This record gives sequence, C-alpha cells and structure tokens, in this order.
Amino acid sequence: MAELLEFQNVTKIYSRGLISKQSTTALNNVSLKLDEDEPTILTVAGESGSGKTTLAMLLLGFIEPSAGTIFYKGKDITKLRGEERMTFRREVQAVFQDPFAVFNPFYTVDHLLTVPIEKFRLAKTKAEAKDRMEEALTAVGLRPEDILGRFPHQLSGGQRQRINVARALLLKPKLLVADEPVSMVDASLRATILETLRNLQKNYGVSIIYITHDLTTAYHIAKSIMVLYRGNLMEAGDVDTVIKTPQHPYTRLLIDSIPWPDLSRRWGESAALVKESEISDHGDGCRFYARCPHAMEKCKAPPPLFRMEPHQAASCYLHDRFPEISPDHVYELLPV
Amino acid sequence: MTPVLQVKNLHVTYYTDSGRARALDDASLTLQAGEKIGLVGESGSGKSTMALAMMRMIKPPGRVESGQVIVGDTDLMSLDEEGMRNARLSKIAYIPQGAMNSLNPVTRIGSQMDDAIKAHNPKASKSEIQERAMLALESVDLKRSVYRMYAHELSGGMKQRVCIAISILLKPQLIIADEPTSALDVVTQRQVMETIDHIQSQIGCAVILIGHDMGLMAQFVDKVAVMYAGRLVEVSTVREMFTDPKHPYSQALISSLPSLENKGVFQGIPGLAPSLLRLPSGCAFHPRCPQAMDRCKTDRPEPQDLSGGRQIACHLYS
Repeated sequence: MAELLEFQNVTKIYSRGLISKQSTTALNNVSLKLDEDEPTILTVAGESGSGKTTLAMLLLGFIEPSAGTIFYKGKDITKLRGEERMTFRREVQAVFQDPFAVFNPFYTVDHLLTVPIEKFRLAKTKAEAKDRMEEALTAVGLRPEDILGRFPHQLSGGQRQRINVARALLLKPKLLVADEPVSMVDASLRATILETLRNLQKNYGVSIIYITHDLTTAYHIAKSIMVLYRGNLMEAGDVDTVIKTPQHPYTRLLIDSIPWPDLSRRWGESAALVKESEISDHGDGCRFYARCPHAMEKCKAPPPLFRMEPHQAASCYLHDRFPEISPDHVYELLPV
Repeated sequence: MTPVLQVKNLHVTYYTDSGRARALDDASLTLQAGEKIGLVGESGSGKSTMALAMMRMIKPPGRVESGQVIVGDTDLMSLDEEGMRNARLSKIAYIPQGAMNSLNPVTRIGSQMDDAIKAHNPKASKSEIQERAMLALESVDLKRSVYRMYAHELSGGMKQRVCIAISILLKPQLIIADEPTSALDVVTQRQVMETIDHIQSQIGCAVILIGHDMGLMAQFVDKVAVMYAGRLVEVSTVREMFTDPKHPYSQALISSLPSLENKGVFQGIPGLAPSLLRLPSGCAFHPRCPQAMDRCKTDRPEPQDLSGGRQIACHLYS
C-alpha cells in the first residue's frame, strides 16, 4: 500500500523563556497513516489546547516537529525542495476556521482563485482559467455568476467558506486539512458545507483530515476518529464505535456535553467534573488525571493504549484487561 | 401576574447608502419572571438587533422607529439618557457576543466590576463594593483570586463567566445573552450554560438566549422564538417547537438538525437568507418555502395567536 501521509512518532514542544525554559508539549508521540488509494475522512477531535491545530500546522509544513518525522508520499516534508515542494504545496490544501479573516477585503474574490491558477500554471489562457474557476465554484454548489467579481463583504459566511473549499478543489489536492470549517457558520449552512466536503472525498478522491471539537458533525462526516487531550491521544477508532460506546472518560465527557437537540436527552445526568480553571500540570501521568472521576494511583504513570475492539482503543487504565497496542500502530484502528 | 418584559411592535431600521434595511419589523414578545426564551435565526435575521434595541444601544445609521420595551413597569423607550443609563445593568443586563473581547485588557477584573457597582451606587463603601463583586464571582464558580487578575490570565470560559458575573452584579430582572458560547468548545459551553442556569434560578430573573444552535436551545430554554428576515415567525414552548413545529421555516430548522439516528443525512435549508435591502414581497420566506401558496407572494402574514400561547406568522394557519 502506498502511503499518502504518515506521522511517525511526531512530538511538538513549544518552549519559551531564555533563562528558565518553560515548555508546553502541544503534541506528544502521535503516529498515523493515510492510504493513497483509499480516500477517507479522519476526524481529529478535542477541546481548545488539545493540539489539534498544531497537528494541522505540522501537516501543512508551517512548523517543524520537535521529534519524529512527517512523510508525504514517502518523503520527509521538511526536506522537500524545488519541484517536489511545489507539488506538496499544491496537493495538500487547507480550509481554515474563520471565513471572515482569510479574505483580503481590497480584492474581489476572483483574486483568491486566480492567484493559485497563475502560481501553479493550471491554465494556459484566460478563458481556460475562467472555466476552471467556474467549474470549481459549481462543484461546491455555488453559482459562478453570483460570486465572481464580488467583494468578500458582499458574501455570506457560508458562501465564503465554500469559496475556500472551491479554491482548494481548484488545485486538485490529494489531501485537505479542514480546521474547524463550520464552527463559525450558521447551523443551517453547516449541513451544506459538510455535504460539500463529503462530495469532495467521494467524487474527487480527496482524503480529508477534519479537525473539530464538535463530535456531532464529526460523527456525520467521518469514518474514523482520533480524540486528543492536551497533546496526547486519548482514544482512537471507528467513528460509530467511539461515539456510541466511548471508553475513555474524556471522550465520555465530550459526548455528554454535546447539546443534543433532543428533549429526552438532557445534560446534567453525568456528574459535573472539575472545572478547567483548577487543572494544574500533573507530571508525566495521564493528562486527564486532574479532571477524571475515575482517577487512580496508577494513573500517575502514562497509560498505554488498550485495544478493546478491532477498531477502538483507549489510553486509560480502566481498560487494562485488554491487549496493549503500540502508538505506531494506531492506523490499524482507523477504518477507511 | 405582570410579565417581566413586554416588547410591543418594535421596529428598527438601518439607513444605509443602498437603501433602508428593516432589521426588526413589528416584533412583539412577552416574558414572565423566571422564564427563559431562546431567540433563533440565521445571521442577519435580526436577533442581535432586537437585543441591542432592548438595551437602547442601536447606533446610527440604525434607528428604533417605534415600539415599546416595558421591563417591569418602566417603558425603556420613554426614558431619558440618564434614566436609561441607570436601567442598564440594574433592570436589564446584556452579555455581548464574543465576551472574551469585551473585557478591558489593561485593568484588573475587580476594578471593572467595581466601576459597574459604583456607577449605580455612588455612596457604597469600598469594602462593600468589593464584597459584592467577590460574591458575584463566587456565584459563577470562580475563585475570589480572579478579582485581582487581568483578562489575559483567564481562559475563554472563565472570561465568559466573568461577563456573567458582571451582568448579575445589580440583580437585573432580565438578562440578554447574545451567543454566549459560540466561540467555546462543548465542555466549556456546557459549564457556561449551567452557570447561567444556576444564576437564573438564584436571582429569579428572565433570560433571553440568542443563538442559532437548536441543540443548545433544547437543553436550556422554556420557549423558543424563531426569527426570519427581521420578523418573529413563530413563538412556541420548546416542547412544541421540537415535537410539532408549525411554521415551515421552523420545520426546516428542526429537520436540518443532526442526530445519532440519521447518520450521513445532511439536510440544509435550500436557498439563501434574503438581503434585508431587497426583501421578497409578501412573506419573506416564500421563495424558500416548500408549502408556498399564491397569496404568500403578495400578502404578508401577520402574527396570530394559536392555542396554548403559540404565535405564528404564516398563511397556512389563517
């Protein structure tokens, strides 16, 4: 199998301070693999501070890992040069959280679409460039005549976000990193944007890494899921299994906190946990120790991943009767 | 029992270069003490305008054209500037959207809270003011030490709770929370909403929660008011809204919600929200409405009362 993307024991530590170094581990020993032949949608979920955006930044090559290597088609992405680097830049695209901040207000939206066409020489003539733009806009469900020639402030958040997806699509990417693409969009438009993303995966063979804190949308769009908490992998597996029968106390907390639009399913059944304000760093043990209702003495040592199902594993001693799985083999848990 | 809030025929217009935008058109709403109502709608439907109009904080080019906002027994619209300044925070408090950016970064949390109390009680002693601020912080589950902190030392959820603490300093009769959790993640969101819930039952005020997340509404409010293009199209109890929505727009909103049962089904609402500058004739929803009739294109449906205190503006029910 040819790997499109591989994270090999990637760790990212941010340090600050000159004399007394203080460091924050944003991502700790994460490994994953995506197959080139089978496009899939993988969700990376977690609260703010869980390291999910760091993962996206590493993957896009904006920052370098402190340890471990990221391979794209078998090549270390920090060592790509020249032609290879251009290919990587074209084939790995991103859609960011805020559809309001990514546009330059002085240019019409055409600018956002023509720049990549010129940069990567995707079209020989002006007419061909226009065709490509229209094709991409139509593919995300927009009418080109409503969009081209407009300024960003004349468009709604949902339209702008879809233009971002269209821009990514224009470059025929192999991998799309979507960092909270719907968190700033109205609930009624979320469905449309998620549908657009899923069509990309189905019809254009694009693999998508969907980064979110919203497990409802993750459940609807993704095949597999990795739950991060303060840089560590808490639980991974098939999205159905993980969301319907979460095994890690943190995943349970996340799922219990979803405001389900269902009157018979209210919050408050599960005990309220320690407030975020009271967490202090706690050695090398389980990162969730301070907030966990089941915290035990042995949780002060880092828990390995225990695999309870073919497609589910959780990093928690509550499940230590199950066989351990090495973090390098997490990809085995993720169905495509 | 006199209701705590009566909004009567409130109209707000923005005068822009490209024309007049009726951001709020004939909105009427009644709220009893201790009631929690959710105001939902797409961006641009007039939710925040309604909140700002109630606080009399609409800025030019916007203008409140007519209408009354009666809190307790005072009509806020008839107050002078000084009277309104006194009413804010003591009768009606507002938790703004993106509260994380509404705290002053260069003064301590405590002094911002003291300012608010001092402005309303100039005679209060320093220790008394401080004690009240600390009690407010404690009631939103923050430690007393937060009083001496700066905004940047707090996380998003904590900043949001500070804003809630400020809003309850003077025990208002009504709190308006404008998307208080839209920038927070699910766990923090739940903590913040539970804080508001707790506070609300403690001081017995009414709450207006503005948002577009129906899931949050189901968890929190008693009544839901749906807005579309500046008008209230349906007001129902939360149970009726989820089991038997009447207005086609409410029906579309409810059926577009994700749940665990219908995996992979995405049902958006077709079409786009209309521009307030060029509203469709008749019912503003008719171009997107699956049940539109001929008269929807010409006659504008007026809000009418159905049994059980529901209020609907739709020709299907007239």
